[in-house]
Amino acid sequence: MASTAELIAACQTRFEDIDFKDARAWKAAQPGRKVVGFLPVYVPLEMIHAAGCLPLGIFGGGDQMEVIHGDAYYQSYICRIPRSTIELGVTNRLDFVDGMIFPFVCDVIRNLSGMWKLMFPNVWSKFFDTPQNFDPEIGGVYYQAELQELRQGLETLTGRAITDDDLRRSIALYNENRDLVRAVYALRARQPWKAPTSDVYLLMRVGLTMPVEEHNQLLRDYMAAAAAEDRPKRDNVRIAIFGSFCEQPPLNLIKSIEMAGCYVVEDDYSLVNRFITEAIPTDGDPIAALSLAYLQKSVETSCKYVPKEEDKGVFHVERVRAVAAEGVIYATPSFCDPALLDRPMICARLSEAKIPYIAFKYAENSGQMQPIREQAGTFADSIKLWS
Amino acid sequence: MSEAVKEPSMLLQKDMIAKNYDAITSKHETGRKVSSTFVPGNLNELLMCFDILNNLPEINAIQNGMRKLSGGYIMEAEKSGHSEDVCTYVKADIGMMGRGNIAPNGKPFPDPDVLLLSYTGCYTFMKWFELLRAEYKCPTLMLHVPYEGDGHSTKNMRDYVVKQLKEVIIPGLEQVSGVKFDIDRLREYLANSAKAEDDLVWCLDQGKRKPSPIDSYFGGVYYIGPIFTAFRGRQDAIDYYKALRLEIQARIDAGQGPMTPEGKSLDDQNYRLVVEGPPNWTSFREFWKMFYDEGAVVVASSYTKVGGMYDLGFRHDPANPLESLADYCLGCYTNRNLPTRVDILTKYVEEYEADGILINSIKSCNSFSAGQLMIMKEVEKRTGKPGAFIETDLVDPRYFSAANVKNRLESYFQMIEQKRQGAHRAA
Ligand code: SF4
Ligand code: SF4
Repeated sequence: MASTAELIAACQTRFEDIDFKDARAWKAAQPGRKVVGFLPVYVPLEMIHAAGCLPLGIFGGGDQMEVIHGDAYYQSYICRIPRSTIELGVTNRLDFVDGMIFPFVCDVIRNLSGMWKLMFPNVWSKFFDTPQNFDPEIGGVYYQAELQELRQGLETLTGRAITDDDLRRSIALYNENRDLVRAVYALRARQPWKAPTSDVYLLMRVGLTMPVEEHNQLLRDYMAAAAAEDRPKRDNVRIAIFGSFCEQPPLNLIKSIEMAGCYVVEDDYSLVNRFITEAIPTDGDPIAALSLAYLQKSVETSCKYVPKEEDKGVFHVERVRAVAAEGVIYATPSFCDPALLDRPMICARLSEAKIPYIAFKYAENSGQMQPIREQAGTFADSIKLWS
Repeated sequence: MSEAVKEPSMLLQKDMIAKNYDAITSKHETGRKVSSTFVPGNLNELLMCFDILNNLPEINAIQNGMRKLSGGYIMEAEKSGHSEDVCTYVKADIGMMGRGNIAPNGKPFPDPDVLLLSYTGCYTFMKWFELLRAEYKCPTLMLHVPYEGDGHSTKNMRDYVVKQLKEVIIPGLEQVSGVKFDIDRLREYLANSAKAEDDLVWCLDQGKRKPSPIDSYFGGVYYIGPIFTAFRGRQDAIDYYKALRLEIQARIDAGQGPMTPEGKSLDDQNYRLVVEGPPNWTSFREFWKMFYDEGAVVVASSYTKVGGMYDLGFRHDPANPLESLADYCLGCYTNRNLPTRVDILTKYVEEYEADGILINSIKSCNSFSAGQLMIMKEVEKRTGKPGAFIETDLVDPRYFSAANVKNRLESYFQMIEQKRQGAHRAA
């Protein structure tokens, strides 16, 4: 059995590979295979899988990639993920990607979808607008038709039909994936020293670039290895991270928070695989099931409207309580409208619930860890002092 | 600067706006209900069916920008925890609340009875009203208008918007107002809208003339005022556009260009520009002066289309009232995808025989700004005309650097000259 260190080392190699060699190899292994990229925060990956394609999560270029061309496309006051995504595109790192899905998260990704159409006219690309009305008879009807449109788009791309049974099989696999992902998160919440966040993060990030079957096995292997290993328990405080659902902080920043004395026991890093919170039924109409899951069983996050004022931020408070976190770090990308416009509202709810929090901003290529470490360290100390 | 010289249509509009503010601030005396809603996807005719007054927070932010109040309001909002990175309209609005919420007529704004969240073309709208809802605790009606990601609307999108109108918005407004919805009343208002829209389109179209009798950006923001705000569907909007039309016709007859705030008409027009993006409001006159001092006139702009793309043929249609409201919301400029925006701007450069495209990129507006550098390059490529890029903000005076903007503009005008000389030589 591989150790957690071995498993995570392999994840790290894959995570750092901005040429996507493994995804290229997957495609090359069989003629006719197609790869479909997607951006944060939520796309029904089941649909891409059911089309026989590999869903490839694109989270920008991280801190490993020097952005040269991307800056010519964006002003300085726009976050980094679109410019490094453009950089991936113009440097041919995504030349094997056959389709791109840009889900609704904000106007930056929305506009990027159009830029992609202009820059890469031969790549099938789709802006995927999820509903903000959560009534199954209104938003649901609209969303089911959008899902059908996505299905047809993928069918045209691959030249093969996606049957309801294909979809049901994919939903079942992703249900398994969601169960395993939740199990890893639960393990971390129970024994954060056994599953540090830097491990969990890499496990989840690479999972969004590999076939789900492979990811499911990886998660099982990791949990088995973690159970068999002893790792020292530290006197860390337990915190939740919110606001990091789209552009990702550099891995060093994720590690720095832990090194500063915080066990991260909940987070919304690259949210995709925790967006749907419960298993999706595999009997009945799969499109209706995907739609209902989005409408009724998905997280509260900045790209979704919260219809009732009293419900705003409740999800965050509940998550904090559920994992017994002692504080929240609201960590957002600079210039991220969704996270930053939400910040006062979410933090007000945390205050009402007497949950301490701090907030800071980062960029995917932030290099200076010292200030973050100091801020997180002071936060951890203050929690210890007052608890 | 001296007091700006105003044309009769401007005075007419000023009076309309003042009356609307008076109606809003006297709601407690009159018993009228007040909504807050946004300019793009503004459902004024529908609100009129319920006798609800229309207060537009973007317009309040603009007013505060022009009256040099927004800077203080923005700082106020930032002090209370709002990020320096986000849209300054939101912060100007929230900061204004923190400082007593005083309307331009000097009286306090009453709390709105309903927030009509017509969610069209800009993500920030959703958060803006979530923020206001937390303050006012009033009913909030969300109308989700899907984005035209593939460059056109679909039947599904239209049906979705119509369904929300029928099942969420109209019942919600009935409840707030106590007035029963009457579709014939809506038809009547939509017919009024279409009349005013015809005249607006005629006015904007005159930018094709040489010299142009209008400035479609600095003057354009006045021209669109009534139709984008609380007056579309009303008789006074029809009257306003008739008056505006006569005014423009008189300038055409006299061979005159648009009137500048200094009271002179800009007849010697050296440069014809298409402008993309909203203007800066805090230094609006100074900004405008940089153009007319050089003889630059804006012949077409995208900002004058944020509240509806009437020039592309859309009209509110009394025969299909709800469908037409849906089409209107779907078709606003910022709800169009980037390739469509490039097509529209290219068409403007060509049809208005402009010398090129100028982008005024707004720091805090992702909806407009993300992708504008690419828009510029594409339009340059397709038209063969040079483009230029300047950066300012809407209502945050910290981000208007007059010297930088002036430098950029001067270089741009030189570039246009060089291009012309090159073309002459080649000919
Ligand atoms: S980081 Fe924020 S602003 Fe940037 S693309 Fe993502 S959600 Fe949008
Ligand atoms: S982001 Fe832009 S479009 Fe949206 S409210 Fe602000 S200025 Fe208006």
